[in-house]
Amino acid sequence: MTPTEKIRTIFAQSLGIDPSRVHDDLRYNTIDEWDSVAHMSLIAALEEGFDIMLDTDEIINMSSLKAAYEILRAHGVAC
Amino acid sequence: MLRGKTALITGASRGIGLAIADTFARHGCRVVLCARDASSLECTAAQITQDYGVEAIALPLDVADAQAVKGAYQSLFKTVKTLDILVNNAGILDDALLGMVSQAQIERTFGINTFAPLYMAQYGARLMHKNGGGSIINISSIIATHGNAGQAVYGGSKAALLGITLSLAKELAAQHIRVNAIAPGFIDTDMTRSLSAQKFEERLRSIAMGRIGTPQDIANTALYLASDLSAYVTGQVIGVDGGMLI
Repeated sequence: MTPTEKIRTIFAQSLGIDPSRVHDDLRYNTIDEWDSVAHMSLIAALEEGFDIMLDTDEIINMSSLKAAYEILRAHGVAC
Repeated sequence: MLRGKTALITGASRGIGLAIADTFARHGCRVVLCARDASSLECTAAQITQDYGVEAIALPLDVADAQAVKGAYQSLFKTVKTLDILVNNAGILDDALLGMVSQAQIERTFGINTFAPLYMAQYGARLMHKNGGGSIINISSIIATHGNAGQAVYGGSKAALLGITLSLAKELAAQHIRVNAIAPGFIDTDMTRSLSAQKFEERLRSIAMGRIGTPQDIANTALYLASDLSAYVTGQVIGVDGGMLI
């Protein structure tokens, strides 16, 4: 599984949605499943999955799947 | 009671923080000691390891510096990787009558007594969440619940900490993270030793049990809140004050 696939899988699992609903334009608070509670679960899963620690600004700024790619790249994830 | 657990204690180089670190270590807990004075922390950590055979890590930190708090947790994330107990103990007491309260004093007092515990909890809770739960213990004050002349800033900062405690207890309960506060009364520390003899006697007379509290009195309550003895206790403020009246 590539890092990009892993991120998409984590998104699907953490938000409890079908993988087909995880697309690059997916944004925070635009679907019922991605609320603030799910967001913190998503963050925990990404941190666990890539053995990184995100800071508060990164958590706040991770407002879309695209933003997640950018933030994770800054932590050395080749996505 | 705490074997296999890891605790981070702020203000751990002396007074109440040191007593809590010592007590937790005595009960088998690995302790991460935070304070500004690196050399004092190293000595304390070495002594704890020698006395109890547990790992004690010195992590020099100015809790009022949010960036430093982030850096400390990043270091913990890479090394210790786990956290079960967070004790927000570091604090300052700086009395002043209302007309003599400066903006700098307000910002410094709230920075250390209120904002720092919030930042510490913000990162600490995420490490605890990975573990499946934990316990956050905030050291507040009897002044937060009863007030006292000349302590509007200190009392306000510690009362705000109680508001944080109660809200976090509700927010983090689903993650099995318990959040409680201790409200010490008149405790024998460097802070209270700086009082004038007259004020010291005055305070002592207001304590129903007739003695000043010890750091160990607070540490024993912290041990209860850190351990599984309090597994169903969250969002509580426990006064440890010998029946002090203010």
